[in-house]
Amino acid sequence: MSRRRHSDDSDEKLTVYTTLVGLLNARNYNFGGEFVEAMIRQLKECLKVNMYNQAVHLVRFLSDLVNCHVIAAPSMVAMFENFVSVTQEEDVPQVRCDWYIFAFLSSLPWVGKELYEKKDAEMDRLLSQTESYLNSRYLDCLWSQIQKLKKDRWQERHILRPYLAFDSILCEALQHNLPPFTPPPHTEDSVYPMPRVIFRMFDYTDDPEGPVMPGSHSVERFVIEENLHCIIKSHWKERKTWSDCLTQDLEKPKPKFVREVLEKCMRLSYHQRIIDLVPASFSVLSPANPVCMYKYADESNRSLPGYTVALCLTIAIKNKASNDEIFGILKDVPNPNQEDDDDEGFSFNPLKIEVFVQTLLHLAAKSFSHSFSALAKFHEVFKTLAESDEGKLHVLRVVYEVWKNHPQMIAVLVDKMIRTQIVDCAAVANWIFSSELAHDFTRFYIWEILHSTIRKMNKHVLKIHKELEDTKARLARQHKRRDSDDDDDDDDRSTDREDGPLEEQIERLQEKVESAQSEQKNLFLVIFQRFIMLLTEHLVRCETGGIDVFTPWYKSCIERLQQIFLQHHQIIQQYMVTLENLLFTAELDHHILAVFQQFCALQA
Amino acid sequence: MCSADTLSVLRSDSYVDLSQYRDQHFRGTRYDQERLLRKSCTLYVGNLSFYTTEEQIHELFGKSGDIKKVIMGLDKVKKTPCGFCFVEYYARGDAENAMRYINGTRLDDRIIRTDWDAGFKEGRQYGRGRSGGQVRDEYRQDYDAGRGGYGKNVQCQ
Repeated sequence: MSRRRHSDDSDEKLTVYTTLVGLLNARNYNFGGEFVEAMIRQLKECLKVNMYNQAVHLVRFLSDLVNCHVIAAPSMVAMFENFVSVTQEEDVPQVRCDWYIFAFLSSLPWVGKELYEKKDAEMDRLLSQTESYLNSRYLDCLWSQIQKLKKDRWQERHILRPYLAFDSILCEALQHNLPPFTPPPHTEDSVYPMPRVIFRMFDYTDDPEGPVMPGSHSVERFVIEENLHCIIKSHWKERKTWSDCLTQDLEKPKPKFVREVLEKCMRLSYHQRIIDLVPASFSVLSPANPVCMYKYADESNRSLPGYTVALCLTIAIKNKASNDEIFGILKDVPNPNQEDDDDEGFSFNPLKIEVFVQTLLHLAAKSFSHSFSALAKFHEVFKTLAESDEGKLHVLRVVYEVWKNHPQMIAVLVDKMIRTQIVDCAAVANWIFSSELAHDFTRFYIWEILHSTIRKMNKHVLKIHKELEDTKARLARQHKRRDSDDDDDDDDRSTDREDGPLEEQIERLQEKVESAQSEQKNLFLVIFQRFIMLLTEHLVRCETGGIDVFTPWYKSCIERLQQIFLQHHQIIQQYMVTLENLLFTAELDHHILAVFQQFCALQA
Repeated sequence: MCSADTLSVLRSDSYVDLSQYRDQHFRGTRYDQERLLRKSCTLYVGNLSFYTTEEQIHELFGKSGDIKKVIMGLDKVKKTPCGFCFVEYYARGDAENAMRYINGTRLDDRIIRTDWDAGFKEGRQYGRGRSGGQVRDEYRQDYDAGRGGYGKNVQCQ
């Protein structure tokens, strides 16, 4: 049997396979025994090589084998006792304990009932030990669910249980005892999974009978969005259940959810389709028509500074002007920040940036490809205008002004501008936290852009690092080749000459790596710094005004901060000392400091 | 019980395998073409509606990874979209995930099909049918509102 492959399947099919194993075990006791032993071996192996997702699945599989009369319930309880005992271990990372508790709890929807029926005293003890371990953990969500499940006497209504149909056969089967299973000890190389950030939009009271939402693994999220598209399309008739969205503050989770989903639906289709689909009463939740907003559009704007230059530029670009010609036209644009124009002519001039970027993006508005071509063609102009940090920030501001109705376009333009080095990652971070974007701060597209920016930075560092390692390897191979050559005429000078270019390259790459890592660290520091400023401002305002801190905006914000930590924990781990000494110091408001402290606890 | 052949099916990743299609206009040997297909980051996407936009394609295919470029397939005469495109990713793994999870799903209410492409070259963005669109739209007999109605030969009758 290809046990390994079966174990790779999703949890949905798990009970089908366990039923099959149950039936086979009823026919052939030895098969059942061998199967269980093989599963335990595989579980041990997975834990040794840090394959935790696989391991959780195996634990669930084993639990369900209890339901299929393959494994005796008391021996399963014994294994869970060993899992929960991990919380008593000393000097181990908290994430290790978290994982074992998670593995225990997450199997209970399958086997809680059976284990309670056979060993209720032991299970009570386990659950109370678990409770005292879980005080303020990210596992809160799962703990609440299990508590509720227990209150409902372990009645679980979502999992398909085919073995029930074969009860008459299975109840005759002889069961096996699990061999005693001790969690493999913690080693220096052990890496435990971080708690997953699961965007919970509904309170448990909203849908007590419903299934647990899957986490934000990329494929599952894709499936969810597709499903939601269908659900909303076919369930719009049930307006009554959704209509409470309309009376709520639009920042509350439910209406926000609907708005964001409609926006995503629009991205996959087109604006008019959504307008046709959405009932008139819900139109306040509909996405904006993704049109370009060109400020120099018609004659009524001719009093705007830069209007005539914009007209000139438009004509020039339509006539396939070169970068130099564009520079020529822009030279005449006055700098509102200065009395006289700079002698060099290219210091930060926001008006130049505004006129050029507005005009170009408007001309290239037709499609992504048109806009990308425009960025490529006039790359030189962009680079020059955006040379300074203020320049970069202003370019981003103008992009937003032009395309604020089309978040998807903003995202792809920002991506392109980073990749072509018109702006850098820190500029994007600063722009996201700027006052101009404050109104959009809780919209999903902003976080798509920020996380995409961080990912690009991370990939960049890895890429250069790999180049460095590859070059070092080449040098090593070169040395090895030379050493194995039996050449009496070996000349010290010639070997130096051979090594020279590679060694130079290595030195250059080393510098490049350090500079990239420094840029990466700076990016995170900027993000954390801006979060702290933003949140502190809110907290102070609430305190002095005597209003409740926990507005929907605040909840969203503080959790976005948590998300940064959890989603990029590996990189951030390198900066703990700096973060502690520079940013997350004791003077910080305790609400904000708590997020940092919780994260530290996960590293311990 | 189970033979090794049956079990090997459980381990296959068939969605990523090469299809039978080979571009007849490819300059080079079959071997060259297959080598390029096996390491390609570019996908051909077919059965699109003529009205499907680059933006929609970017949104859907962006789910499996960062997209480097989308090139819309155009009618050679009209220079308007004619129902196919190329999607190029930065990383092969992202393209593979598109083959696994996006191939065979819907876009604009049509089941789209993805296949490996040896790499975009200038000229390959044009349909190769006699009328300017894709070959398949020359000869088909059915009425397809998203692809210009009846096939070209039917229209000319």
